[in-house]
Amino acid sequence: MKVLVPVKRVIDYNVKIRVKSDQSGVETENVKMAMNPFDEVAIEEALRMREAGVATEVVAVSIGTDKSQETLRTALAMGADEAMLIQTDADVEPLGVAKLLHKAVEKVGPEVVILGKQAIDDDSNQTGQMLAAMLDWPQGTFASKAEFSDGKVALSRETDDGIETLNLSLPAVITTDLRLNEPRYPNLPNIMKAKKKPLEVIQADSMGVDFASRLTVLKVEEPAEREPGVILGSVDELIDKLRNVEKVIS
Amino acid sequence: MSVLVVAEHNNSELNAMTLSAVSAASQLGDSDIHLLVAGENCGDVAKQAAAVAGVTKVFHAESAGLAHAIGENVAATVGSIAGDYSHILATATASGKNWMPRLAAQLDVQQISDITAVESADTFVRPIYAGNAMATVQSSDATKLITVRSTSFEAAADTGGSASVESVDAAGDFAGTQFVSEEVGESDRPDLVSAKVVVSGGRGMGSEENFKILEPLAEKLGAAIGASRAAVDAGYAPNELQVGQTGKVVAPDVYIAFGISGAIQHLAGMKESKVIVAVNTDEDAPIFQVASYGLVMDLFDVIPQLQEAL
Ligand SMILES: Cc1cc2nc3c(=O)[nH]c(=O)nc-3n(C[C@H](O)[C@H](O)[C@H](O)COP(=O)(O)OP(=O)(O)OC[C@H]3O[C@@H](n4cnc5c(N)ncnc54)[C@H](O)[C@@H]3O)c2cc1C
Ligand SMILES: Nc1ncnc2c1ncn2[C@@H]1O[C@H](COP(=O)(O)O)[C@@H](O)[C@H]1O
Repeated sequence: MKVLVPVKRVIDYNVKIRVKSDQSGVETENVKMAMNPFDEVAIEEALRMREAGVATEVVAVSIGTDKSQETLRTALAMGADEAMLIQTDADVEPLGVAKLLHKAVEKVGPEVVILGKQAIDDDSNQTGQMLAAMLDWPQGTFASKAEFSDGKVALSRETDDGIETLNLSLPAVITTDLRLNEPRYPNLPNIMKAKKKPLEVIQADSMGVDFASRLTVLKVEEPAEREPGVILGSVDELIDKLRNVEKVIS
Repeated sequence: MSVLVVAEHNNSELNAMTLSAVSAASQLGDSDIHLLVAGENCGDVAKQAAAVAGVTKVFHAESAGLAHAIGENVAATVGSIAGDYSHILATATASGKNWMPRLAAQLDVQQISDITAVESADTFVRPIYAGNAMATVQSSDATKLITVRSTSFEAAADTGGSASVESVDAAGDFAGTQFVSEEVGESDRPDLVSAKVVVSGGRGMGSEENFKILEPLAEKLGAAIGASRAAVDAGYAPNELQVGQTGKVVAPDVYIAFGISGAIQHLAGMKESKVIVAVNTDEDAPIFQVASYGLVMDLFDVIPQLQEAL
Protein backbone atom coordinates (compact mmCIF):
# COMPACT_ATOMS: atom_id res chain seq x y z
CA MET A 1 0.00 0.00 0.00
CA LYS A 2 1.00 3.61 -0.50
CA VAL A 3 1.13 6.07 2.37
CA LEU A 4 0.65 9.78 1.76
CA VAL A 5 2.17 12.21 4.26
CA PRO A 6 1.31 15.93 4.10
CA VAL A 7 4.13 18.08 5.48
CA LYS A 8 4.02 21.78 6.22
CA ARG A 9 6.86 24.30 6.22
CA VAL A 10 6.65 26.37 9.41
CA ILE A 11 8.85 28.63 11.54
CA ASP A 12 11.25 26.40 13.49
CA TYR A 13 9.86 25.66 16.95
CA ASN A 14 12.96 27.09 18.65
CA VAL A 15 12.58 30.53 17.08
CA LYS A 16 11.20 33.35 19.19
CA ILE A 17 8.14 34.66 17.38
CA ARG A 18 8.01 38.37 16.61
CA VAL A 19 4.79 40.12 15.72
CA LYS A 20 5.07 42.68 12.91
CA SER A 21 4.68 46.26 14.06
CA ASP A 22 1.85 46.90 11.56
CA GLN A 23 -0.08 44.00 13.18
CA SER A 24 -0.48 42.24 9.84
CA GLY A 25 1.10 38.99 11.00
CA VAL A 26 4.33 37.56 12.38
CA GLU A 27 7.80 38.17 11.01
CA THR A 28 8.85 35.38 8.63
CA GLU A 29 11.65 37.14 6.73
CA ASN A 30 15.10 35.77 7.59
CA VAL A 31 13.63 33.40 10.13
CA LYS A 32 14.70 29.75 10.38
CA MET A 33 12.06 27.47 8.87
CA ALA A 34 11.62 23.75 9.37
CA MET A 35 9.21 20.89 8.85
CA ASN A 36 6.30 20.99 11.31
CA PRO A 37 7.48 18.69 14.16
CA PHE A 38 4.31 16.58 14.06
CA ASP A 39 4.88 15.98 10.35
CA GLU A 40 8.37 14.62 11.01
CA VAL A 41 6.69 12.10 13.27
CA ALA A 42 4.21 11.34 10.46
CA ILE A 43 7.02 10.73 7.94
CA GLU A 44 8.85 8.54 10.45
CA GLU A 45 5.74 6.44 11.05
CA ALA A 46 5.24 5.94 7.30
CA LEU A 47 8.90 4.93 6.89
CA ARG A 48 8.56 2.39 9.69
CA MET A 49 5.48 0.98 7.96
CA ARG A 50 7.52 0.54 4.80
CA GLU A 51 10.42 -1.00 6.70
CA ALA A 52 8.01 -3.42 8.40
CA GLY A 53 6.62 -4.45 5.01
CA VAL A 54 3.20 -2.91 5.72
CA ALA A 55 3.64 -0.14 3.16
CA THR A 56 5.36 -0.19 -0.21
CA GLU A 57 5.78 3.49 -0.93
CA VAL A 58 5.85 6.76 1.00
CA VAL A 59 4.80 9.93 -0.80
CA ALA A 60 5.26 13.35 0.85
CA VAL A 61 3.10 16.27 -0.24
CA SER A 62 3.20 19.94 0.70
CA ILE A 63 1.03 22.91 -0.11
CA GLY A 64 2.85 26.20 -0.18
CA THR A 65 5.33 28.40 -1.99
CA ASP A 66 8.34 27.17 -3.95
CA LYS A 67 10.28 27.20 -0.69
CA SER A 68 8.26 24.24 0.54
CA GLN A 69 10.45 22.18 -1.82
CA GLU A 70 13.08 22.37 0.94
CA THR A 71 10.68 20.72 3.36
CA LEU A 72 9.88 18.04 0.81
CA ARG A 73 13.62 17.43 0.26
CA THR A 74 13.91 16.88 4.01
CA ALA A 75 11.12 14.31 3.80
CA LEU A 76 12.93 12.63 0.89
CA ALA A 77 16.21 12.69 2.82
CA MET A 78 14.51 11.02 5.77
CA GLY A 79 13.53 8.29 3.31
CA ALA A 80 10.28 9.16 1.51
CA ASP A 81 10.20 7.78 -2.05
CA GLU A 82 8.52 10.63 -3.89
CA ALA A 83 7.30 14.14 -3.27
CA MET A 84 4.67 16.48 -4.61
CA LEU A 85 4.49 20.24 -4.21
CA ILE A 86 1.08 21.80 -4.68
CA GLN A 87 2.34 25.27 -5.40
CA THR A 88 0.62 28.49 -4.39
CA ASP A 89 1.70 31.78 -2.91
CA ALA A 90 -1.61 32.12 -1.08
CA ASP A 91 -1.97 31.39 2.64
CA VAL A 92 -4.25 28.37 2.55
CA GLU A 93 -6.50 27.62 5.54
CA PRO A 94 -7.06 24.05 6.79
CA LEU A 95 -10.33 23.66 4.83
CA GLY A 96 -8.56 24.64 1.60
CA VAL A 97 -5.56 22.46 2.44
CA ALA A 98 -7.89 19.50 3.03
CA LYS A 99 -9.60 20.09 -0.33
CA LEU A 100 -6.26 20.15 -2.15
CA LEU A 101 -5.12 17.05 -0.24
CA HIS A 102 -8.36 15.34 -1.24
CA LYS A 103 -7.30 15.84 -4.88
CA ALA A 104 -3.80 14.60 -4.07
CA VAL A 105 -5.29 11.44 -2.54
CA GLU A 106 -7.27 10.82 -5.74
CA LYS A 107 -4.08 11.22 -7.76
CA VAL A 108 -1.71 9.17 -5.60
CA GLY A 109 -4.14 6.50 -4.39
CA PRO A 110 -2.87 5.88 -0.83
CA GLU A 111 -4.55 3.55 1.63
CA VAL A 112 -3.34 5.55 4.60
CA VAL A 113 -2.78 9.29 4.99
CA ILE A 114 -0.73 10.33 8.02
CA LEU A 115 -0.78 14.01 9.00
CA GLY A 116 0.48 15.90 12.02
CA LYS A 117 -2.18 16.60 14.62
CA GLN A 118 -1.51 20.31 14.38
CA ALA A 119 0.63 22.82 12.57
CA ILE A 120 2.62 24.80 15.15
CA ASP A 121 2.03 28.08 13.32
CA ASP A 122 -1.76 28.26 13.07
CA ASP A 123 -2.34 25.68 15.86
CA SER A 124 -5.62 24.76 14.12
CA ASN A 125 -5.68 20.99 14.60
CA GLN A 126 -8.22 20.53 11.79
CA THR A 127 -6.77 19.36 8.49
CA GLY A 128 -6.65 15.58 9.10
CA GLN A 129 -10.20 15.43 10.43
CA MET A 130 -11.41 17.55 7.50
CA LEU A 131 -9.68 15.34 4.95
CA ALA A 132 -11.14 12.22 6.60
CA ALA A 133 -14.62 13.76 6.30
CA MET A 134 -14.13 14.60 2.62
CA LEU A 135 -12.95 11.06 1.88
CA ASP A 136 -15.59 9.55 4.20
CA TRP A 137 -12.76 7.54 5.82
CA PRO A 138 -12.28 6.69 9.50
CA GLN A 139 -10.07 9.08 11.45
CA GLY A 140 -7.55 8.13 14.11
CA THR A 141 -6.43 11.41 15.65
CA PHE A 142 -3.66 12.21 18.17
CA ALA A 143 -2.13 8.77 17.68
CA SER A 144 0.47 7.42 20.10
CA LYS A 145 0.53 3.89 18.62
CA ALA A 146 -0.61 2.31 15.33
CA GLU A 147 -0.57 -1.42 14.58
CA PHE A 148 -1.62 -2.60 11.13
CA SER A 149 -3.04 -6.03 10.30
CA ASP A 150 -5.68 -7.52 7.98
CA GLY A 151 -6.86 -4.28 6.42
CA LYS A 152 -7.26 -2.64 9.82
CA VAL A 153 -5.29 -0.50 12.20
CA ALA A 154 -5.44 -0.73 15.99
CA LEU A 155 -4.89 2.86 16.92
CA SER A 156 -4.11 4.20 20.40
CA ARG A 157 -4.89 7.85 20.84
CA GLU A 158 -4.20 10.42 23.54
CA THR A 159 -7.36 11.81 25.11
CA ASP A 160 -7.90 14.19 28.03
CA ASP A 161 -8.47 11.19 30.32
CA GLY A 162 -5.75 8.81 29.18
CA ILE A 163 -5.36 6.50 26.20
CA GLU A 164 -8.18 5.19 24.00
CA THR A 165 -7.81 2.39 21.46
CA LEU A 166 -9.90 2.25 18.28
CA ASN A 167 -10.04 -0.25 15.46
CA LEU A 168 -10.18 1.51 12.09
CA SER A 169 -10.74 -0.20 8.78
CA LEU A 170 -8.53 0.93 5.91
CA PRO A 171 -8.36 3.23 4.06
CA ALA A 172 -7.99 5.64 6.97
CA VAL A 173 -6.59 9.00 8.04
CA ILE A 174 -4.23 9.16 11.02
CA THR A 175 -2.93 12.25 12.81
CA THR A 176 0.18 12.02 14.96
CA ASP A 177 0.96 13.01 18.50
CA LEU A 178 4.63 13.55 19.32
CA ARG A 179 4.85 10.36 21.37
CA LEU A 180 4.09 8.10 18.38
CA ASN A 181 7.79 7.76 17.60
CA GLU A 182 11.10 9.58 17.55
CA PRO A 183 11.89 10.79 14.02
CA ARG A 184 15.27 9.98 12.48
CA TYR A 185 17.72 12.62 11.29
CA PRO A 186 18.62 12.50 7.61
CA ASN A 187 22.33 11.62 7.19
CA LEU A 188 24.59 13.09 4.52
CA PRO A 189 24.41 10.22 2.00
CA ASN A 190 20.62 10.30 2.22
CA ILE A 191 20.56 14.06 1.79
CA MET A 192 22.59 13.57 -1.40
CA LYS A 193 20.33 10.78 -2.59
CA ALA A 194 17.25 12.89 -1.92
CA LYS A 195 18.36 15.43 -4.52
CA LYS A 196 17.77 12.82 -7.22
CA LYS A 197 14.40 11.58 -6.00
CA PRO A 198 11.31 12.66 -7.94
CA LEU A 199 9.63 15.90 -6.83
CA GLU A 200 6.61 16.85 -8.90
CA VAL A 201 5.31 20.42 -8.86
CA ILE A 202 1.62 21.05 -9.54
CA GLN A 203 -0.05 24.44 -9.52
CA ALA A 204 -2.77 24.59 -6.86
CA ASP A 205 -4.86 26.75 -9.19
CA SER A 206 -4.98 23.92 -11.70
CA MET A 207 -6.56 21.43 -9.29
CA GLY A 208 -10.14 22.56 -9.69
CA VAL A 209 -10.92 23.40 -6.08
CA ASP A 210 -11.88 26.63 -4.40
CA PHE A 211 -9.38 27.20 -1.61
CA ALA A 212 -10.04 30.89 -1.02
CA SER A 213 -9.84 32.00 2.61
CA ARG A 214 -12.97 32.19 4.71
CA LEU A 215 -11.32 34.00 7.58
CA THR A 216 -9.93 37.51 7.34
CA VAL A 217 -7.13 38.26 9.76
CA LEU A 218 -7.97 41.73 11.07
CA LYS A 219 -4.89 42.00 13.25
CA VAL A 220 -2.18 40.02 14.98
CA GLU A 221 -0.95 41.29 18.35
CA GLU A 222 1.55 40.41 21.03
CA PRO A 223 -0.04 38.58 23.95
CA ALA A 224 -0.44 40.51 27.19
CA GLU A 225 2.84 40.68 29.12
CA ARG A 226 3.01 39.40 32.66
CA GLU A 227 4.13 41.73 35.44
CA PRO A 228 7.74 41.02 36.35
CA GLY A 229 8.01 38.78 39.41
CA VAL A 230 10.41 38.50 42.33
CA ILE A 231 12.93 35.92 43.43
CA LEU A 232 12.38 34.99 47.06
CA GLY A 233 14.95 33.79 49.57
CA SER A 234 13.09 31.05 51.38
CA VAL A 235 10.13 28.71 51.46
CA ASP A 236 8.68 30.67 54.41
CA GLU A 237 8.66 33.87 52.37
CA LEU A 238 6.86 32.02 49.59
CA ILE A 239 4.19 30.72 51.94
CA ASP A 240 3.71 34.20 53.36
CA LYS A 241 3.20 35.64 49.85
CA LEU A 242 0.76 32.95 48.77
CA ARG A 243 -1.19 33.03 52.02
CA ASN A 244 -1.21 36.70 53.02
CA VAL A 245 -0.51 38.72 49.87
CA GLU A 246 -2.12 36.72 47.09
CA LYS A 247 -4.56 34.84 49.35
CA VAL A 248 -4.52 31.84 47.01
CA ILE A 249 -3.86 29.20 49.65
CA SER A 250 -5.25 28.82 53.16
CA MET B 1 -30.37 33.77 15.76
CA SER B 2 -29.78 30.58 17.70
CA VAL B 3 -26.61 29.00 18.88
CA LEU B 4 -25.95 25.33 19.48
CA VAL B 5 -23.45 24.34 22.16
CA VAL B 6 -22.39 20.71 22.16
CA ALA B 7 -21.94 19.45 25.70
CA GLU B 8 -18.86 17.60 26.85
CA HIS B 9 -19.58 14.92 29.46
CA ASN B 10 -18.79 11.38 30.58
CA ASN B 11 -22.42 10.16 30.36
CA SER B 12 -23.02 10.93 34.03
CA GLU B 13 -21.72 14.45 34.56
CA LEU B 14 -21.63 17.60 32.51
CA ASN B 15 -18.02 18.76 32.15
CA ALA B 16 -17.55 22.24 33.63
CA MET B 17 -15.80 23.36 30.44
CA THR B 18 -19.17 23.26 28.72
CA LEU B 19 -20.28 26.07 31.04
CA SER B 20 -17.51 28.25 29.63
CA ALA B 21 -18.66 27.46 26.10
CA VAL B 22 -22.18 28.51 27.12
CA SER B 23 -20.85 31.79 28.41
CA ALA B 24 -18.97 32.36 25.12
CA ALA B 25 -22.29 31.65 23.35
CA SER B 26 -24.04 34.26 25.47
CA GLN B 27 -21.59 36.90 24.19
CA LEU B 28 -22.64 36.36 20.57
CA GLY B 29 -25.53 38.77 20.89
CA ASP B 30 -29.21 38.31 21.38
CA SER B 31 -29.46 34.63 20.85
CA ASP B 32 -31.26 31.52 21.95
CA ILE B 33 -28.78 29.01 23.35
CA HIS B 34 -29.45 25.31 22.84
CA LEU B 35 -27.37 22.49 24.28
CA LEU B 36 -26.92 19.07 22.70
CA VAL B 37 -26.17 16.16 25.01
CA ALA B 38 -25.18 13.15 22.90
CA GLY B 39 -24.09 9.93 24.59
CA GLU B 40 -25.29 6.68 26.06
CA ASN B 41 -27.39 6.57 29.23
CA CYS B 42 -26.74 10.25 29.63
CA GLY B 43 -30.18 11.32 30.86
CA ASP B 44 -28.66 12.77 34.02
CA VAL B 45 -26.41 14.99 31.94
CA ALA B 46 -29.42 16.23 29.97
CA LYS B 47 -31.05 17.21 33.29
CA GLN B 48 -27.92 19.04 34.42
CA ALA B 49 -27.77 20.77 31.03
CA ALA B 50 -31.38 21.95 31.40
CA ALA B 51 -30.45 23.72 34.64
CA VAL B 52 -27.62 25.77 33.09
CA ALA B 53 -28.42 29.48 33.24
CA GLY B 54 -29.22 30.97 29.83
CA VAL B 55 -29.97 27.69 28.05
CA THR B 56 -33.45 27.59 26.51
CA LYS B 57 -33.56 24.09 25.06
CA VAL B 58 -31.67 20.82 25.48
CA PHE B 59 -31.50 18.13 22.81
CA HIS B 60 -30.79 14.65 24.09
CA ALA B 61 -29.45 11.96 21.71
CA GLU B 62 -28.84 8.39 22.86
CA SER B 63 -26.94 5.59 21.18
CA ALA B 64 -24.27 3.02 21.98
CA GLY B 65 -22.10 4.53 19.22
CA LEU B 66 -22.01 7.80 21.15
CA ALA B 67 -20.90 6.25 24.45
CA HIS B 68 -17.24 7.05 23.87
CA ALA B 69 -17.74 10.15 21.76
CA ILE B 70 -16.36 8.51 18.60
CA GLY B 71 -15.63 11.55 16.43
CA GLU B 72 -17.30 10.21 13.29
CA ASN B 73 -20.54 9.52 15.20
CA VAL B 74 -20.62 12.78 17.14
CA ALA B 75 -20.01 14.81 13.97
CA ALA B 76 -22.88 13.01 12.22
CA THR B 77 -25.31 13.51 15.10
CA VAL B 78 -24.47 17.20 15.50
CA GLY B 79 -24.73 17.52 11.72
CA SER B 80 -28.25 16.08 11.74
CA ILE B 81 -29.52 18.99 13.87
CA ALA B 82 -27.09 21.65 12.63
CA GLY B 83 -29.92 23.10 10.51
CA ASP B 84 -30.30 26.83 10.83
CA TYR B 85 -27.92 27.56 13.67
CA SER B 86 -25.79 30.63 13.16
CA HIS B 87 -23.08 29.22 15.43
CA ILE B 88 -22.10 25.79 16.72
CA LEU B 89 -19.74 25.78 19.69
CA ALA B 90 -17.77 23.06 21.42
CA THR B 91 -15.03 22.90 24.02
CA ALA B 92 -11.43 22.99 22.79
CA THR B 93 -10.79 19.60 24.40
CA ALA B 94 -9.39 16.43 22.84
CA SER B 95 -12.98 15.46 22.05
CA GLY B 96 -14.10 18.78 20.55
CA LYS B 97 -10.89 19.03 18.54
CA ASN B 98 -11.53 15.55 17.20
CA TRP B 99 -15.09 15.76 15.92
CA MET B 100 -15.69 19.41 15.08
CA PRO B 101 -13.34 19.74 12.06
CA ARG B 102 -14.99 16.65 10.59
CA LEU B 103 -18.37 18.36 10.76
CA ALA B 104 -16.85 21.64 9.51
CA ALA B 105 -15.67 19.90 6.34
CA GLN B 106 -19.07 18.27 5.88
CA LEU B 107 -20.69 21.72 6.12
CA ASP B 108 -17.93 23.36 4.03
CA VAL B 109 -17.03 25.71 6.88
CA GLN B 110 -13.61 26.96 7.99
CA GLN B 111 -13.69 26.25 11.73
CA ILE B 112 -12.27 28.76 14.21
CA SER B 113 -10.20 26.87 16.78
CA ASP B 114 -9.60 27.68 20.43
CA ILE B 115 -11.08 31.16 20.74
CA THR B 116 -10.12 33.26 23.76
CA ALA B 117 -12.49 36.19 23.14
CA VAL B 118 -15.66 37.08 21.25
CA GLU B 119 -15.42 40.50 19.57
CA SER B 120 -18.75 40.25 17.73
CA ALA B 121 -20.94 37.57 16.18
CA ASP B 122 -18.41 37.02 13.37
CA THR B 123 -15.11 38.18 14.89
CA PHE B 124 -13.01 36.27 17.39
CA VAL B 125 -9.58 36.27 19.01
CA ARG B 126 -7.47 33.12 18.99
CA PRO B 127 -3.89 32.31 19.93
CA ILE B 128 -1.44 31.25 17.21
CA TYR B 129 2.22 30.17 17.45
CA ALA B 130 1.68 28.59 20.89
CA GLY B 131 0.14 31.79 22.20
CA ASN B 132 3.08 33.95 21.18
CA ALA B 133 0.69 35.95 19.02
CA MET B 134 -3.03 36.63 19.22
CA ALA B 135 -4.96 36.82 15.95
CA THR B 136 -8.29 38.60 15.53
CA VAL B 137 -10.18 36.87 12.72
CA GLN B 138 -13.45 37.57 10.98
CA SER B 139 -15.40 34.70 9.46
CA SER B 140 -17.37 34.93 6.22
CA ASP B 141 -19.02 31.52 6.65
CA ALA B 142 -22.81 31.46 7.09
CA THR B 143 -22.44 29.04 9.99
CA LYS B 144 -19.61 29.57 12.42
CA LEU B 145 -18.05 26.47 13.94
CA ILE B 146 -15.99 27.32 16.99
CA THR B 147 -14.05 25.57 19.71
CA VAL B 148 -13.79 27.54 22.95
CA ARG B 149 -10.78 27.74 25.26
CA SER B 150 -12.51 27.27 28.60
CA THR B 151 -9.95 29.13 30.72
CA SER B 152 -10.72 32.34 28.84
CA PHE B 153 -14.44 32.42 29.66
CA GLU B 154 -16.09 32.57 33.08
CA ALA B 155 -18.29 29.50 33.57
CA ALA B 156 -22.06 30.06 33.20
CA ALA B 157 -24.02 29.21 36.36
CA ASP B 158 -25.02 25.56 36.47
CA THR B 159 -28.30 26.37 38.20
CA GLY B 160 -31.16 28.72 37.53
CA GLY B 161 -32.05 27.51 34.05
CA SER B 162 -35.20 25.56 33.25
CA ALA B 163 -34.82 24.50 29.64
CA SER B 164 -37.07 21.89 28.07
CA VAL B 165 -35.44 18.59 27.12
CA GLU B 166 -36.27 17.13 23.71
CA SER B 167 -35.13 13.73 22.44
CA VAL B 168 -33.50 13.59 19.03
CA ASP B 169 -32.33 10.57 17.05
CA ALA B 170 -28.64 9.80 17.01
CA ALA B 171 -27.17 9.42 13.53
CA GLY B 172 -26.27 5.86 12.52
CA ASP B 173 -22.87 4.57 13.59
CA PHE B 174 -19.92 4.99 11.23
CA ALA B 175 -18.99 1.43 10.26
CA GLY B 176 -15.25 1.92 9.78
CA THR B 177 -14.49 2.96 13.37
CA GLN B 178 -14.87 0.66 16.36
CA PHE B 179 -14.15 1.45 19.99
CA VAL B 180 -11.87 -1.16 21.57
CA SER B 181 -10.78 0.01 25.00
CA GLU B 182 -9.87 2.92 27.17
CA GLU B 183 -7.23 3.35 29.88
CA VAL B 184 -8.36 6.14 32.13
CA GLY B 185 -5.98 7.54 34.72
CA GLU B 186 -7.49 6.98 38.17
CA SER B 187 -7.26 9.91 40.53
CA ASP B 188 -9.32 11.47 43.28
CA ARG B 189 -7.52 14.75 42.69
CA PRO B 190 -9.41 17.79 41.38
CA ASP B 191 -9.68 18.01 37.61
CA LEU B 192 -6.49 19.52 36.15
CA VAL B 193 -8.25 22.08 33.96
CA SER B 194 -10.61 23.45 36.60
CA ALA B 195 -8.43 23.11 39.73
CA LYS B 196 -7.67 26.29 41.71
CA VAL B 197 -4.18 25.07 42.55
CA VAL B 198 -1.89 23.07 40.26
CA VAL B 199 1.48 21.62 41.26
CA SER B 200 3.45 20.59 38.22
CA GLY B 201 6.64 18.62 37.75
CA GLY B 202 9.18 18.61 34.94
CA ARG B 203 12.25 16.68 33.93
CA GLY B 204 13.91 18.05 37.06
CA MET B 205 11.84 15.59 39.11
CA GLY B 206 14.35 13.01 37.88
CA SER B 207 12.31 9.80 37.99
CA GLU B 208 8.84 8.30 38.19
CA GLU B 209 9.52 7.50 41.86
CA ASN B 210 10.52 11.08 42.63
CA PHE B 211 7.52 12.47 40.74
CA LYS B 212 5.33 10.85 43.39
CA ILE B 213 6.58 13.28 46.04
CA LEU B 214 4.23 15.81 44.46
CA GLU B 215 1.25 13.75 45.62
CA PRO B 216 1.26 14.49 49.37
CA LEU B 217 1.90 18.16 48.59
CA ALA B 218 -1.02 18.24 46.15
CA GLU B 219 -3.12 16.51 48.78
CA LYS B 220 -2.34 19.25 51.33
CA LEU B 221 -3.08 22.02 48.85
CA GLY B 222 -6.17 20.39 47.36
CA ALA B 223 -4.30 20.69 44.08
CA ALA B 224 -4.30 18.90 40.75
CA ILE B 225 -1.00 17.56 39.43
CA GLY B 226 0.38 18.61 36.07
CA ALA B 227 3.53 17.78 34.12
CA SER B 228 5.75 19.05 31.32
CA ARG B 229 6.08 17.10 28.10
CA ALA B 230 9.59 16.07 29.06
CA ALA B 231 8.25 14.53 32.29
CA VAL B 232 5.55 12.65 30.36
CA ASP B 233 7.94 11.52 27.63
CA ALA B 234 10.33 10.21 30.27
CA GLY B 235 7.50 8.18 31.79
CA TYR B 236 7.35 10.10 35.09
CA ALA B 237 3.69 11.01 34.54
CA PRO B 238 0.81 9.88 32.32
CA ASN B 239 -0.06 11.82 29.14
CA GLU B 240 -3.29 13.29 30.48
CA LEU B 241 -1.29 15.42 32.92
CA GLN B 242 0.64 17.25 30.21
CA VAL B 243 0.28 21.01 30.24
CA GLY B 244 1.17 23.07 27.18
CA GLN B 245 0.71 23.84 23.50
CA THR B 246 -0.08 20.23 22.78
CA GLY B 247 -1.44 19.26 26.17
CA LYS B 248 -3.96 20.95 28.44
CA VAL B 249 -4.39 24.66 28.96
CA VAL B 250 -4.82 25.59 32.62
CA ALA B 251 -5.28 28.91 34.42
CA PRO B 252 -5.53 28.20 38.15
CA ASP B 253 -5.20 30.75 40.96
CA VAL B 254 -1.74 29.39 41.56
CA TYR B 255 0.51 27.19 39.39
CA ILE B 256 3.65 25.83 41.07
CA ALA B 257 6.29 24.56 38.62
CA PHE B 258 8.99 22.27 40.02
CA GLY B 259 11.97 21.50 37.80
CA ILE B 260 10.38 22.91 34.65
CA SER B 261 12.59 25.11 32.46
CA GLY B 262 9.75 27.08 30.87
CA ALA B 263 9.92 26.28 27.14
CA ILE B 264 7.41 28.35 25.14
CA GLN B 265 5.41 25.20 24.43
CA HIS B 266 4.95 24.69 28.17
CA LEU B 267 4.23 28.36 28.89
CA ALA B 268 1.48 28.19 26.24
CA GLY B 269 -0.51 26.01 28.61
CA MET B 270 -0.10 27.88 31.92
CA LYS B 271 0.94 31.48 31.51
CA GLU B 272 -2.59 32.78 32.11
CA SER B 273 -2.46 31.41 35.68
CA LYS B 274 -3.11 34.14 38.25
CA VAL B 275 0.01 33.45 40.31
CA ILE B 276 2.94 31.44 38.98
CA VAL B 277 5.58 30.00 41.30
CA ALA B 278 8.77 28.52 39.85
CA VAL B 279 11.25 26.36 41.71
CA ASN B 280 14.39 25.75 39.70
CA THR B 281 18.11 25.43 40.50
CA ASP B 282 19.02 27.35 37.35
CA GLU B 283 18.53 31.07 37.92
CA ASP B 284 18.55 31.63 34.14
CA ALA B 285 15.68 29.24 33.45
CA PRO B 286 13.10 31.04 31.25
CA ILE B 287 10.30 30.03 33.63
CA PHE B 288 11.47 32.84 35.95
CA GLN B 289 10.48 35.40 33.29
CA VAL B 290 6.81 34.55 33.77
CA ALA B 291 6.94 33.59 37.46
CA SER B 292 5.30 35.87 40.01
CA TYR B 293 7.52 34.27 42.66
CA GLY B 294 10.69 32.31 42.11
CA LEU B 295 12.85 30.15 44.33
CA VAL B 296 16.34 29.38 42.96
CA MET B 297 16.57 26.25 45.05
CA ASP B 298 16.65 22.49 44.78
CA LEU B 299 13.11 21.16 44.49
CA PHE B 300 14.06 18.22 46.70
CA ASP B 301 14.72 20.71 49.51
CA VAL B 302 11.71 22.89 48.80
CA ILE B 303 9.00 20.22 48.61
CA PRO B 304 9.60 18.75 52.11
CA GLN B 305 9.82 22.27 53.58
CA LEU B 306 6.53 23.26 51.96
CA GLN B 307 4.99 20.03 53.12
CA GLU B 308 6.11 20.77 56.68
CA ALA B 309 5.03 24.39 56.73
CA LEU B 310 1.56 24.05 55.22
C1 LIG C 1 5.79 20.75 18.71
C2 LIG C 1 6.16 20.73 20.16
C3 LIG C 1 5.15 20.73 21.10
C4 LIG C 1 5.46 20.70 22.45
N1 LIG C 1 4.44 20.72 23.36
C5 LIG C 1 4.74 20.77 24.68
C6 LIG C 1 3.71 20.84 25.66
O1 LIG C 1 2.51 20.81 25.35
N2 LIG C 1 4.08 20.91 26.97
C7 LIG C 1 5.39 20.91 27.37
O2 LIG C 1 5.64 20.98 28.58
N3 LIG C 1 6.38 20.83 26.45
C8 LIG C 1 6.08 20.74 25.13
N4 LIG C 1 7.11 20.63 24.23
C9 LIG C 1 8.48 20.39 24.73
C10 LIG C 1 9.20 21.66 25.17
O3 LIG C 1 9.82 22.26 24.04
C11 LIG C 1 10.28 21.32 26.22
O4 LIG C 1 11.16 20.36 25.69
C12 LIG C 1 9.71 20.78 27.52
O5 LIG C 1 8.66 21.61 27.99
C13 LIG C 1 10.81 20.70 28.57
O6 LIG C 1 10.32 20.12 29.76
P1 LIG C 1 11.02 20.42 31.15
O7 LIG C 1 10.99 21.87 31.43
O8 LIG C 1 10.39 19.51 32.16
O9 LIG C 1 12.50 19.88 30.92
P2 LIG C 1 13.88 20.67 30.78
O10 LIG C 1 13.79 21.72 29.75
O11 LIG C 1 14.91 19.63 30.68
O12 LIG C 1 14.00 21.41 32.17
C14 LIG C 1 14.26 20.78 33.40
C15 LIG C 1 14.50 21.89 34.42
O13 LIG C 1 14.63 21.32 35.71
C16 LIG C 1 15.61 22.05 36.43
N5 LIG C 1 16.08 21.17 37.50
C17 LIG C 1 16.78 20.01 37.38
N6 LIG C 1 16.98 19.46 38.60
C18 LIG C 1 16.39 20.28 39.50
C19 LIG C 1 16.25 20.24 40.92
N7 LIG C 1 16.74 19.23 41.64
N8 LIG C 1 15.59 21.26 41.52
C20 LIG C 1 15.07 22.27 40.79
N9 LIG C 1 15.17 22.36 39.44
C21 LIG C 1 15.81 21.37 38.82
C22 LIG C 1 16.66 22.39 35.40
O14 LIG C 1 17.41 23.53 35.79
C23 LIG C 1 15.80 22.67 34.16
O15 LIG C 1 15.47 24.05 34.06
C24 LIG C 1 6.82 20.64 22.87
C25 LIG C 1 7.83 20.64 21.92
C26 LIG C 1 7.51 20.66 20.58
C27 LIG C 1 8.60 20.64 19.57
N1 LIG D 1 0.16 23.70 3.75
C1 LIG D 1 0.21 22.41 4.11
N2 LIG D 1 0.87 21.50 3.36
C2 LIG D 1 0.93 20.20 3.73
N3 LIG D 1 0.35 19.72 4.83
C3 LIG D 1 -0.33 20.57 5.62
C4 LIG D 1 -0.43 21.96 5.32
N4 LIG D 1 -1.17 22.53 6.29
C5 LIG D 1 -1.49 21.56 7.16
N5 LIG D 1 -0.99 20.37 6.76
C6 LIG D 1 -1.10 19.06 7.45
O1 LIG D 1 -2.16 19.13 8.38
C7 LIG D 1 -1.68 18.96 9.71
C8 LIG D 1 -2.52 19.77 10.67
O2 LIG D 1 -2.48 21.13 10.37
P1 LIG D 1 -3.51 22.20 10.98
O3 LIG D 1 -4.87 21.65 10.78
O4 LIG D 1 -3.24 23.46 10.21
O5 LIG D 1 -3.16 22.35 12.45
C9 LIG D 1 -0.20 19.31 9.62
O6 LIG D 1 0.53 18.69 10.66
C10 LIG D 1 0.16 18.76 8.24
O7 LIG D 1 0.34 17.36 8.28
